[in-house]
Parts: sequence; C-alpha cells; structure tokens
Amino acid sequence: MGPAKVCALVASGLLAAAGCAPDGSPAPDAGGEPDATGLAGHAPDRFGFGTPASEERVALWDIDVKPDGEGLPPGSGSVAEGRRVYEISCLQCHGPTGIEGPNDRLVSTAPWEEWPPGRAVGAYWPYATTLFDYTRRAMPQTTPGTLTDDEVYAVVAFVLNLNGLVPDDAVLDAESLRNISMPARDRFVPDDRTGGPVVR
Amino acid sequence: MPNQDRSGLSRRAWLAAAAGTAATGLAMTRLDALKATGPQEEAVQPQDPTRVPGRFVSEVGRRAPGEQPRRLLRTLALSSSSRTPLQELQGTITPSDLHFERHHAGVPEIAQEEHELLVHGMVERPTVFRMADLRRYPQVSRICFIECSGNGGGAYSRGRMPVSITPQQLDGLLSTSEWTGVMLSTILREVGVRPGASWILAEGRDAAVMARSVPLDKAMGDAMLAYGQNGEAIRPEQGYPVRLLLPGWEGNAMVKWLRRIEVTDRPTMTRDETSRYTDPLKDGTARQFSFVMDAKSIITFPSYPYVLPERGWWEIEGLAWTGRGRITRVEVSVDGGRTWADAVLQPPVLSKSTVRFRHLWNWHGRETIILSRATDETGYVQPTVHQLWDARGERTAYHHNHQRAWKVAADGVVTFGLGDLV
Repeated sequence: MGPAKVCALVASGLLAAAGCAPDGSPAPDAGGEPDATGLAGHAPDRFGFGTPASEERVALWDIDVKPDGEGLPPGSGSVAEGRRVYEISCLQCHGPTGIEGPNDRLVSTAPWEEWPPGRAVGAYWPYATTLFDYTRRAMPQTTPGTLTDDEVYAVVAFVLNLNGLVPDDAVLDAESLRNISMPARDRFVPDDRTGGPVVR
Repeated sequence: MPNQDRSGLSRRAWLAAAAGTAATGLAMTRLDALKATGPQEEAVQPQDPTRVPGRFVSEVGRRAPGEQPRRLLRTLALSSSSRTPLQELQGTITPSDLHFERHHAGVPEIAQEEHELLVHGMVERPTVFRMADLRRYPQVSRICFIECSGNGGGAYSRGRMPVSITPQQLDGLLSTSEWTGVMLSTILREVGVRPGASWILAEGRDAAVMARSVPLDKAMGDAMLAYGQNGEAIRPEQGYPVRLLLPGWEGNAMVKWLRRIEVTDRPTMTRDETSRYTDPLKDGTARQFSFVMDAKSIITFPSYPYVLPERGWWEIEGLAWTGRGRITRVEVSVDGGRTWADAVLQPPVLSKSTVRFRHLWNWHGRETIILSRATDETGYVQPTVHQLWDARGERTAYHHNHQRAWKVAADGVVTFGLGDLV
C-alpha cells in the first residue's frame, strides 16, 4: 500500500474513527468506534477497485436457495432413490431412521403439545427449501458438495417422508419442493427485544 | 500500568500464601486439573537472574514458562468449540491465540493471495474483490467483543445448575479483540446497492459454506470486513483472511472466511437462522433473527476453581458487556443479592466491548454468595435467571445473559453459586 493519496485517506479515516469533534474535543463515542462510514469527507463516490463479476462467475458461486424456491436447480428425485442415497451417505451419522444419531436427529415423533419439540426437520424447520440448501452446501459432513442435484432432491424427499410430510411415492423437484408447507412455519416470529429496561 | 502489576503480584502472593494453608491441596489440585487441558512446558529452574546473562533477542516472543493459559476444548469434531480462559486473563483484550473458536466444519486452509470476495445480487456493479483490493480501501479499527449466543447455556436449567464450573467452561465463548478492516458500507457503496434491497446474505468458504442473512441497516451501519486482529492478520480460527464483523451481535452471524455477499430483498432462511440460533419461547413461538447480545456480566475472581486462603481484603473483578452500546454501571453484591454496591469500571469503557470491573471487598471469612449485574446505556439491567424464565420459559435456548453467582465457603473454596439462589 504505497500511494500517498491512500495513506492520507487512511489517516483521515482513523481521525474519524477516533471520534474527535471538529473542535478537537472528544466526541461522546471517543475510544475507537468508527463513525457511520469510516470515510473521509473528500473520499470519492467510487474507488474503482476490484474486478467486475461476470454472470458466469456469479452463477458459479450463487448456490443459495430462498424460501420461495429461487435458486432451486433443475432436476428431481424420489423417496425411493433418496433411501439409497441416505443409506450410502447419511445413515452412518444420522442412524437408520433418522433418530438414532450419533449426529443430529432428523426425524421428530414428539407430540405437538410439547414445545420446543427439539430441532428435528419435521418439528422445527420452517422451510423445506432450507433442507435442500443446507444438504447441498454442507452435507455429507466429510465429503460436502459431492451429491448431484438429483441426489439432493431425492434425499430431501426421503427425509421429509421419514417425517411424514410427503407420501412414499413422492418425487420432488423445484416446483413441488417450494410448495411444501412445514408444520413449524408459523411458529417463527421476529425478535421483539428493543433495548431499554424491559426484559424479553 | 501499575494497577495491573500490583494485581499480578498479589495474585501470585495469595497463591503462594495458599501453599501454607489446609486448603492448598484442594486449590492446587483444581488448578492443575484446569490446566491439564493443554501441553505443559517444563518449568525453568529458578536461578538468580542477576548472576546469569539473559537470553538473546528472538524473532517471535513467547510466554513465561509458568504462564501457559489454554483454550478448553469440548470435543475433537468438525463442528465444535474451544473456550477462552476468562479467569486467567487481565484487562479486556483476548490474546489472539486464546480467542474462542466455534467452527461448523473445521478451520479451512486459505492462502490470502488467492482468496476472493464476490459481492452481487441487488447491486449496480457485481464485483470480485481480492484481498489486495480490500486492503486498499480506507481502513478502520475498533475494539469489540464477539460472543457465541449459546454461551452460558450450561447454567440455565433449574434442576441442573452446575457447581464445579469455571468462567471458562460457562462463558468462555466470549473474546475481545481490536479488529481492523474496511467498513462494509464502503464496499456496498462501491458496488451500488439498488433500491428495494433490505438484507444481505453472507457466506463463508469453509466446508459448511456457513451462511447467514443480515439486515441491510446493520450492513450499512457499523458492520466491518475485518482482516486484522490485535495488530496482525486475523487468525485462521477467526476467519483468515477476512470475516464479517457485526459489533454487538451474536457471533454466528459474523461469517468467517467470507467469500460471498449477496444483496437481497429478503432473508434466505439458512439452516443456521431457522433450525439453529433461534430461541423457542414459552408461548409456543420461536424468536428469529435475535441478533443483539443483551447486557451481561460475570465475576472472574474469585470464581471456581480459586480458593481464598484467608479472610480480609480481596478485589473482586470481572467482565461486563452489552451489544447495545456502553456499559454504564456494574453492581456487585457480597451478600447473596440483598445489598448492592457500584463496582469501579476500569477504563477504557468502549461501546460493544468488554469492560473490566473491580470491587474491593473485605471478606469476613464466613460463607456467602457474590454476584454482579450490569446496566447498559439503554437502561437495561442484567436480569436474574427467574426474570429470564418468566420472560422466555425454562426450555428456551441461546442468549442466556442472566446474573451469575459464586458461593464462597468458610474455608475459602469457591463454587458456582446460582443453584443456591434458585
């Protein structure tokens, strides 16, 4: 980092960060907290650093799936195919029926009068799209990213079937997956803590 | 600083003093047990240092052989954590090699020369930034804490209150650093956020490709992309080469090894903001996006496994912090919560950072329970566990910021004392 111009900007930014008021007296926030932007007054609107990202580049990394189904890929998978995927790639950690472990329980049989019902898929997950997103990005734990999209659809179908949420002959694709209504969906509420003396 | 020197001396003095008391065996046994979590360096035989030339300069310094604090590991697994030894540290800054860890799929090995951050979505100019690009932007530094929102959950169940638990075991998923980097608002201004955007998705480059949604207001506020930690490059365990920093918010949302930011108009509802890091409440709902860490404090001395070898003057000390701004007051009770006195807040008192508090105490030598409670600048007072049970129920998860207590027995043995108050 050589250019004098950048160093001057850095110095200005640090002055702002130190929280000094224009007259030099410490602002109430003095002590290291940056101001709202960390930028000096004469900073340009754009610095022009970085490289434009092509659509192909974005598509390569844009792997997330939104709750309305945006980001779900083409393809499909059945409960029966999902059972085969599960037995090869998932059973070792999650058990033969998704409740035995040793890792996270996937299937809940808890009665609904009990709250919270654990964190298993059927009882607590508000969106089926999340199960696709998480499985594709992070599972299987020791070989993440190795399942094909069809295999992810299939194993998601199988896990949902274990939870009693889709029938034995279900075949999931983007359309059917986003239309699955999860039992816990309406349980989730935004944070209502607002600061101040009230304990929530 | 003279205060710290004196404190260090007195700590050694009372440990030495303890060597002559009946409580010694217990004290040393417990300290040894505590320290048995890491490899021990062989102690250097003391010599008169005025009669022997000292060692030469060195390229990298090291701790004194007798000072070997260690993180406490939970399990050796891909998704696991290690905890900061709060009761062995001074001041507020956590040495970088003792910063707590929480990984969901291990620590990735990343070379900063080939690391890239993609910023796209509802922006005018989707852009890839290399680390050299990020470092060229105006730089900022701030001191703030990071705390896992699961911290302290080990002392919430009425029927399972721990007794022999250290501050490290209970609340060691808390660390404080000076973080250096670029304001996220600078980067978002560079790419041009489109009207209608209201959230971002932050995604990591670990084997879990950990991802969290964050409101755009926070991203445009005090959020940072941090590449420096306590004067050097951020440690791999903390997100090398760059992590998201959201001062005052739960640690899980501060995505490490950051490789992608997508600007969106809604949350993505990832696994770690639905199935995890949500707080089931007693009314049958689950609180979601509970980002802010409420005011909290814990006495770190005296605490388990320390032993007070004699009655008399002792300085109670601990840490207080709040995600809503500044700690304005910490009170200490030495009689089980019947009366409270203001503790001294040791400067610096920084927003969204840990603050060390001190309270000079003349122990009468009889059994008692000591507690602390913090108040922040919004007027929020750290609640009792009963208040949290009333507000959220006894089966909630995360954000366990209730008051902590220690019982000091007549023989000076200190244990976790909340169970005696509930």
